[in-house]
Amino acid sequence: MTPSWIALIVLAIAAAGFVLARSRALRAAAREGRRLHSLPGYYGWTAALYAALPALLLLAIWLVAQPAVTRMMVWPVLEAEASANAVPSLMMADVQRLAAGLDAAVETGRLSREAARDLPAGEMRAAMAAQGVALGSEVTSATRDAALRWRRLAGVGHLARTIAVIGLALAGAAWGVSRAAPDFRARNAVERAMRGTLISAALIAILTTVGIVLALIFNTIEFFRLYPASEFFFGTTWSPSFGGGSELGILPLLWGTLYISLIALLVAVPIGLFAAIYLAEYAHRNVRSWAKPMLEMLAGIPTIVYGLFALLTVGPLLVEAFGRGGYLGLGWMQGGTAVMTAGLVMGIMLVPFVSSLSDDIINAVPQSLRDGSLGLGATRSETIRQVVLPAALPGIVGAILLAASRAIGETMIVVLGAGAAARLSMNPFDAMTTVTAKIVSQLTGDADFSSPEALVAFALGMTLFVITLALNVVALWIVRRYREQYE
Amino acid sequence: MTDIPQTGPLPDGQTGPRPGSLLVTDDRTKRRNRAEARFKAYGIAALAIGMAFLAALLWAILSNGLTAFTQTYVQLDVPLLEEKLDKDGDRDPAKLAKVSTFGYAPLIEQALVEQVEATGVETELAPKALSKVLSGSAAAQLRDRVLANPELIGQTVSVELLASSRVDGYLKGRVSRASLARDKNLDAEHLDLIDAWREAGIVEKRFNWSFITGADASDSRPEQAGIGVAMLGSLFMMLVVLVLSLPIGVAASIYLEEFAPKNRFTDLIEVNISNLAAVPSIVFGILGLAVFIQFMHLPQSAPLVGGLVLTLMTLPTIIISTRASLKAVPPSIRDAALGVGASKMQAVMHHVLPLAMPGILTGTILGLAQALGETAPLLLIGMVGYIATNYPEGVAEGFLSPNSAMPAQIYEWAKRADPAFYERAWGGIIVLLVFLLAMNLIAVLLRRRFERRW
Amino acid sequence: MNDMRTMDNTVLNETKITARDVHVHYGTTHAIKGVDVDIADRTVTAFIGPSGCGKSTFLRCLNRMNDTIPGAVVTGKIKIDEADIYDSRVDPVQLRAKVGMVFQKPNPFPKSIYDNVAYGPKIHGLAKNKAELDEIVEKALRRGAIWDEVKDRLHAPGTGLSGGQQQRLCIARAVATEPEVLLMDEPCSALDPIATAQVEELIDELRQNFSVVIVTHSMQQAARVSQRTAFFHLGNLVEYGETGKIFTNPEDSRTESYISGRIG
Repeated sequence: MTPSWIALIVLAIAAAGFVLARSRALRAAAREGRRLHSLPGYYGWTAALYAALPALLLLAIWLVAQPAVTRMMVWPVLEAEASANAVPSLMMADVQRLAAGLDAAVETGRLSREAARDLPAGEMRAAMAAQGVALGSEVTSATRDAALRWRRLAGVGHLARTIAVIGLALAGAAWGVSRAAPDFRARNAVERAMRGTLISAALIAILTTVGIVLALIFNTIEFFRLYPASEFFFGTTWSPSFGGGSELGILPLLWGTLYISLIALLVAVPIGLFAAIYLAEYAHRNVRSWAKPMLEMLAGIPTIVYGLFALLTVGPLLVEAFGRGGYLGLGWMQGGTAVMTAGLVMGIMLVPFVSSLSDDIINAVPQSLRDGSLGLGATRSETIRQVVLPAALPGIVGAILLAASRAIGETMIVVLGAGAAARLSMNPFDAMTTVTAKIVSQLTGDADFSSPEALVAFALGMTLFVITLALNVVALWIVRRYREQYE
Repeated sequence: MTDIPQTGPLPDGQTGPRPGSLLVTDDRTKRRNRAEARFKAYGIAALAIGMAFLAALLWAILSNGLTAFTQTYVQLDVPLLEEKLDKDGDRDPAKLAKVSTFGYAPLIEQALVEQVEATGVETELAPKALSKVLSGSAAAQLRDRVLANPELIGQTVSVELLASSRVDGYLKGRVSRASLARDKNLDAEHLDLIDAWREAGIVEKRFNWSFITGADASDSRPEQAGIGVAMLGSLFMMLVVLVLSLPIGVAASIYLEEFAPKNRFTDLIEVNISNLAAVPSIVFGILGLAVFIQFMHLPQSAPLVGGLVLTLMTLPTIIISTRASLKAVPPSIRDAALGVGASKMQAVMHHVLPLAMPGILTGTILGLAQALGETAPLLLIGMVGYIATNYPEGVAEGFLSPNSAMPAQIYEWAKRADPAFYERAWGGIIVLLVFLLAMNLIAVLLRRRFERRW
Repeated sequence: MNDMRTMDNTVLNETKITARDVHVHYGTTHAIKGVDVDIADRTVTAFIGPSGCGKSTFLRCLNRMNDTIPGAVVTGKIKIDEADIYDSRVDPVQLRAKVGMVFQKPNPFPKSIYDNVAYGPKIHGLAKNKAELDEIVEKALRRGAIWDEVKDRLHAPGTGLSGGQQQRLCIARAVATEPEVLLMDEPCSALDPIATAQVEELIDELRQNFSVVIVTHSMQQAARVSQRTAFFHLGNLVEYGETGKIFTNPEDSRTESYISGRIG
């Protein structure tokens, strides 16, 4: 039985439980001449929840666990052959495809149950081709045995799954119905269940973080087993080659990341800050009402658009000015993709980010401080520079840190605008690359996921995650403390 | 406030500790006022630069992208010769289907030659070279038409065939005679022909519906590429995001805002959520790759996986905005419900949640808009590099079979070598921005319509 | 301080501020409706009246703080020492150095006590060097009657002081720019009775050097600290005269109603 059928049956049992429990509660109340503790619907819901929740949970766990368990049990059959040649994950994939093909063949009637079991390894590939399942190579006897074992285990597993899940649903429903009596506090039970649901929804946030950390840590450890950590952190050369002998030093990537972020902040912070000051302190209400949303439009534009803008508009423009034969006659720039290109465009992207955060923060400075300063005969700019900004400084530092974290983690602009060459150079018109850009290029290539060239992406991701997390934690802490000061 | 210095003696009878009349601005004040004016000018300049950035961006998008919405077509009278297409003359569909596009190409070439003669253009181009003005898909286009309607065989039909991307570029001003010098796909001689045909009304630019509804095409046929299939991919992804993130986000927010006790565990969840909102999106891509594809073996490039990743990414945003909406409902509402004997859960579900709903929906729409434009995580789960040439066959396939998504498709086009694809990429951006604008507009209207002041 | 003082303080100093036919509009609200008043030098003048009567608005006209509120329009003439402060040649920045202001809520800057007081002298360039500035700060703090309490912690943040101390610091800050007029907008409304008494004592001392205008909610306070009192009602100046006379023998029935607590 397929999982969706099982789920449907469970839901049907839950519905039946609802009806039974509700009517039982009503009948019991009428017989005993008492009032129900809760509305009758709650008794129904109790039974339905007892029936559906544990059963569906079991089904979900089973769906995730069964393939993993089966793989573990089939593996010994393949082990001997694996040590000799091919990559384990690919062999396992072949086994699974073969097993699925045999299933399909039996289902369509092309092979009988017995024939499927007894088919020699040599004939399997042809049989599968007839079924429309393409296999990479001739089927070895170990693969055949493994596939047959897979089928057997899967069959047993599926049967057990059906029985266990439906049995659990029936038991839950029965228990729920049996409890439907006037003095049972059904509403409280239902609300406890709802509360549990709410808590598990909130826990997804934690699960996501745990998932990120686990995904990064396991693969990073795997990477450091294949490639020394000291060379990764302190190496100054980045030259992956899928044939082996890669040099995977993170320093050139970190340099490119920081250089681009620095240029982005040099663009975004003054412009964003002054725009925020103007909007908060000088602008007429009418100007503010259209200028602020316009500026924030920049924040709503997807980063792919900025990437394209860097690649196709800003890059060529910069080359025209700074490139060889450009009208400034400097010849500093070789191609359109460069640190400057990505940095400038990223700066544009960050302007609204800096300005709207600063705007909030400047507005949180109490008006009484401005009045005090103006009342002493200070000009507006003196008031802003000497009273408002110092008071808002922690918040603004927090905003800049958040912007820096954004810049470091930004991907699309650097993938399209910064170039692919990893180098340690001071020239901002050189093409360089960043941590994020290399995560993309190492994971979208054709590399096997178990090679150091692909696994390095996880170590890069880990580095990125740690840096941005640290920046965020510090920034959020500063901003929160700042807000509390004036609340 | 003026800088006009007053001449003449100062009025006497000053009693203040400092000399100087209010009517005379002293030097120091003048200097301070100049500093004030400068400071204000910096602010205006910063705002103006910000606006200029926005204008430059919009100009780049519109000037480069609008041309993608028109496409050049060539009007030809093609004789559908029976002896080439249906030797037996029995119109058997199975046999007709066996004639490949190679069977149709000569017919088109012949039509081109005839058209050259009919319009009286002098050209030295061979018939084979003539067909370079048409898209490589022209023969397939004709074949599809014949297979759909076999009765046409034997007649001469007037068809509009897609012009090649170079010809299209020439009409749009992207390709010039000078730029063709190094291009083996088209010669200046073709352009003479096109000029003549343009005057005769045979070559024409029309609105390009197939860009909006069509599928992506191979590297060599930019004129045929459309964003329709990727749009569908995005739609399926957004459905997944909506169905998952709205209930989960609302449930999590209700718990945190209404039920959670103030303890370290709650603090942990809160800090977690605000940090997750600032984690780089590429990290969510790594998570999706490791968990959904490597560990759970879900299909690569599938909108389902994309939707799951984007859900995890959008959840913090939705939770933060939902909590703000719940917080905006005044406590008196809760007290009133509790006062008539409702349980806390009933007070929240029957009173607080409905009142907060407009705010929640606004936040959700804005979260969806953010997810719709997100590209980086999609790169890692294989939604780029997959060429979306076919529409999904059904709803289940829509979620599970490989597809692209709008931003991924735009990225894909931006990476291709032929600059004709850049126009498509900018055009794709216009389509994407129209969607984002619409979503934001809905959010703003929703807020205006239901905004409540307590 | 005793209430007898108001009786024997009938000597009128020369006029410092003259206001004629002053109107203030906020958008469509007509907040001040044609006020005429003469404010004497070296005297404490109190503005009293029910909330929303315009007394604070009028006070803010005297150093053009209303300029900082978008939509506020002031018409009429206000002269300080014969110079019209709404003349186009007058720089409000320069004016405010001459007409200092203390606000309802103590609003020390988030800086040290020293920097709070030195702020005004610094921006107006009153000190040539550090020693001079130190001197100005000390003098101002002494005038603000807070020197003894803070002289050992001049570099501690001003926000760390108690409410009454903060308000006296703000007064010292206003005094440091050597103003001729000191405007106080309900300076004691956020203070406890002991701090209020200290500030009131200080106001009485400030009379030696400045023309002080104080807006207050409390009639007792007006009676205690001022020599002259102006009663505002609904944007009009109803009655203006010797404090003793206003409180004992008002001419206008509205003043009498307010004093006796029937309106307010």
